[in-house]
Amino acid sequence: MPHVDQHLSGDWLEADESVRIRLVANDQELPVEAPPRCTLADALRDNGLKGTRLGCEQGSCGACTVLLDGRPVRSCLMLAVQAEGGRLETVEGLAAGGELHALQRAFHDHGALQCGFCTSGFLMLAAGLLREEPDAGRERIREVLSANLCRCTGGGPILQAVLAAQRELRGGRG
Amino acid sequence: MKPPPFAYRRASSLEEALRLAAEAGEDAKFIAGGQSLMPLLALRLSRPSHLVDINRLQELGGVHQENGALRVGALVRHATLERSPDLDGPWQALREAAALIGHYPIRLRGTFGGSLAHADPAAELPVVSTALQATFIARSASGEREIPVSEFFAGPLMTVLEPGELVVEARFPAPSPGTRSVFEEFSPRAGDFAFAAAAVVLAADDGGRVRNAHIALGGVAAIPVRAHEAEAALEGEVLTGSAAQEAARLAAAGCDPSGDAHASGAYRKELVATLVGRALSRLREER
Repeated sequence: MPHVDQHLSGDWLEADESVRIRLVANDQELPVEAPPRCTLADALRDNGLKGTRLGCEQGSCGACTVLLDGRPVRSCLMLAVQAEGGRLETVEGLAAGGELHALQRAFHDHGALQCGFCTSGFLMLAAGLLREEPDAGRERIREVLSANLCRCTGGGPILQAVLAAQRELRGGRG
Repeated sequence: MKPPPFAYRRASSLEEALRLAAEAGEDAKFIAGGQSLMPLLALRLSRPSHLVDINRLQELGGVHQENGALRVGALVRHATLERSPDLDGPWQALREAAALIGHYPIRLRGTFGGSLAHADPAAELPVVSTALQATFIARSASGEREIPVSEFFAGPLMTVLEPGELVVEARFPAPSPGTRSVFEEFSPRAGDFAFAAAAVVLAADDGGRVRNAHIALGGVAAIPVRAHEAEAALEGEVLTGSAAQEAARLAAAGCDPSGDAHASGAYRKELVATLVGRALSRLREER
């Protein structure tokens, strides 16, 4: 089986030819073998990382949001081959050492989920934002959260949870 | 897997990308940030035989200001423009338009050239490029040509680009001194496609009279359109409240948007008057 890097100086990857794609998610290498049309979302889920949810599969809902090199991306709008060489983080990597991330605790405390389908996407979106813009204001956070859809909570509790997590994370920094 | 099957290759240079696209034939497509193409693939509205991945070509990623003119590389991400504080004065509309494209994760990946080539009638960058009189540099394996923005868009989701041809850069000519620009749009929710959008560019001479007004509208026709009558009415006038109001009225009167499930044609016309009016009053106040 060809590796995605090998073809760079060689031939096209054929349409339905499976290829080894070196994806690193949550600091672990995933043994991905997939054809070029496989989305990053499918590659993650097919390799055990089912915390990433597939909702619309066309970029509208944000349920499949993961972090690529620290920034949120919709993993249905990216080919797995395009993510090669990048550092991926999924919801499975958020609770480091078995302890919930501040965002996860805040979502729990604020009732920021009901059915939970959209939650992993919201967590990764918020995690990416708070890492890149730790001092983001309420309006900025609200605007960024509008990227993802939640059909249960109405969004208010999610905003409250992210603001609470931001307070905790900033407090932790001193 | 929702996308249809295609052969794939990642290009390591622009020259290679152009050669690969030529070799792959007329059903090949370029993919960069993928934020427009991937949904089309998922919906199977596009079925390319080959994808040439140009997403990592850093040579196409620069924003340069030289002698008052501006060049934007095809791979510049919307988020980069949005966060460029030096895009002010004549270029402010570009920064404002970029900040209104889709959502935050989309803007981190979506590219300038990709949005132009996708040519959605409600997209922001085609409108602001029209108002700022951009020229696009298109390259293919057989050469390079310059395409003025007024000749670039051929219809909804259609451009004059030939198969194998890639927009590599947008060039914006140096504006006359004192030129400023703003961008306004209305969408029901943040991140939605705009029902209507307006980019307004103008300069004021020493007497405070308007020179070189350019008004471009989006969401009201198959491609971005200029509001020529409104522009002409502003030329040489002092930008008073009533001059702005009259220009906004003319802009709306001069377009004939069709309606759809989201907004009627008459509503879009009203929006044009409101948006052009807002843009002009900002240009009056933010001096």
